[in-house]
Amino acid sequence: MIAKQLSVFLENKSGRLYEVMEILEKENINIVALSVADTTEYGILRMVVSDPEKALKALKDNLFSVGLTDIVCICIPNEVGSFSKASKYLSEEEISIEYMYAFALNDKALAVLRTENNEKCIEVLTNKGIEVVSADKLKKI
Amino acid sequence: MIWNKTIECRDREEMRELQSKRLCETVNRVYYNVPFYRNKMQELGVYPEDIEGIDDIVKLPFTTKQDLRDNYPFGIFASPMQDIVRVHASSGTTGKPTVVGYTRKDITTWSEIVARTLNFAGVSKDDFIQIAYGYGLFTGGLGLHYGGERLGATVVPISGGNTEKQIQLMQDFKTSVIACTPSYALYLAEAMQERGVDPKSLNLKVGIFGAEPWTEAMRENIEESFGIKAYDIYGLSEIMGPGVACECEAKAGLHINEDHFIPEIIDPNTLEQLPEGQKGELVFTTVTKEGLPLLRYRTRDLTSLNYEKCECGRTLVRMNKCTGRSDDMLIIRGVNVFPSQIESALLKINEVLPHYMLEVDRINNLDVLSVLVEVDPVFFSDKIKELEKLNKRIKKAIVDVIGINANVKLVEPKTLGRTEGKSKRVVDKRIIQ
Ligand SMILES: [Zn+2]
Repeated sequence: MIAKQLSVFLENKSGRLYEVMEILEKENINIVALSVADTTEYGILRMVVSDPEKALKALKDNLFSVGLTDIVCICIPNEVGSFSKASKYLSEEEISIEYMYAFALNDKALAVLRTENNEKCIEVLTNKGIEVVSADKLKKI
Repeated sequence: MIWNKTIECRDREEMRELQSKRLCETVNRVYYNVPFYRNKMQELGVYPEDIEGIDDIVKLPFTTKQDLRDNYPFGIFASPMQDIVRVHASSGTTGKPTVVGYTRKDITTWSEIVARTLNFAGVSKDDFIQIAYGYGLFTGGLGLHYGGERLGATVVPISGGNTEKQIQLMQDFKTSVIACTPSYALYLAEAMQERGVDPKSLNLKVGIFGAEPWTEAMRENIEESFGIKAYDIYGLSEIMGPGVACECEAKAGLHINEDHFIPEIIDPNTLEQLPEGQKGELVFTTVTKEGLPLLRYRTRDLTSLNYEKCECGRTLVRMNKCTGRSDDMLIIRGVNVFPSQIESALLKINEVLPHYMLEVDRINNLDVLSVLVEVDPVFFSDKIKELEKLNKRIKKAIVDVIGINANVKLVEPKTLGRTEGKSKRVVDKRIIQ
């Protein structure tokens, strides 16, 4: 159930993000989710993509500093209190979230979580009836 | 008023005679007392009798900082240790420091030339001199100290830092002369303004500034902030310390105390002596020192010489403000920094590639060093926390080696310029002139 996220180190220079997008487009890779964490000097571009291994290779070949990270993607109903529940379950088990990004559309919401213990996170959430999206399914979104 | 008219206003031909006589004495002294020089001269086939005067100086071997390191600590001293009354040393952050030694007579000479240079700048026995250069192994503080006393002025040996106290003593003692690095002077001016003290309300008249390169713009800034006259003083411990040269009130070059130090300008590539007025590397031969006389010491500072009589009346040769270095050494907040030192610090950290770039700038009157480092993709982390930790580790490794803090900027791999030959590692944004 653990999925792969692509992380790219980017200096805060104009045009760098576009270069990454251009490479992924050429390789016919779709971006499922994306977030940019930034500091004053650099940023980290985090993405869930349709083919992480292929994307990794393409970016490496283009001299980007890039890596794959394990993440958990959950799918919850788009309604009041549903993410509150998920975070409550994690907090009860003392699983802390290192970072996350989420998006809601129509009746569903997707959240990408990076926790200190992804295996346990999946176990806890699945037991509580929260849908964890499989890596395979993620690729097809 | 001129401190020593017979020397400072001497006829040029008579000065050459004096230098010639002293040069011959020094060559004899090092040939017979220092195996290092005896070997070097024998290798060149040059013997003391071949040196009849100043024109023969070009026959003599050069001395470099590396020679001093190789003979650490006292290998080039020409006096027995019983006669050495003082030693100073560089910080020596990379391997061996350079050690210099003075006999009692050397200390007297040093005091004399510093008294002379203070006098160039219009300082007299009536003045109150606050010495805010570091004391200790660094020659700045003690050099100025003994010179100030020799002049008969009142010396306040406060040393560097301790800004509160600096300001308080300037107010209470009615200090008339401040001696420190130019960047510290500007820092002091700001510190005063922050505390509601108008720098112009003090009794300061003159500033003696050295130990780092500074610009005309900085001079204007300092002079305006304090309402004083700011003079550039030059020196290096290998030759003596502060007072090798200093500006006079004409501010048209720094008069060299050439009865003690013979300057030459050479082409750093061919090592040939260059004619008057041409810019090249400054080389000094000490001609009165007992403890550590040096032949043709390569300072690595780039400048030119002017033998015209100065409007102040002195005939002592003048060197122009240094415009750079013939090696890659940087002077940052008065500290000598070589890019190779930064490189050695980075090599200890796995997560970065051995590619880096140094940027030096002057921000709010302080030298700021930035080190750009490429992150190795193998160790790439997608957590900002981890990257910040890495940044801190690099910072610490650098401060451990060079003694000053640097801003560390992580950059993408393969983005720092590299060429087949020598890559450009340094961008110095502090413009001299
Ligand atoms: Zn003059």
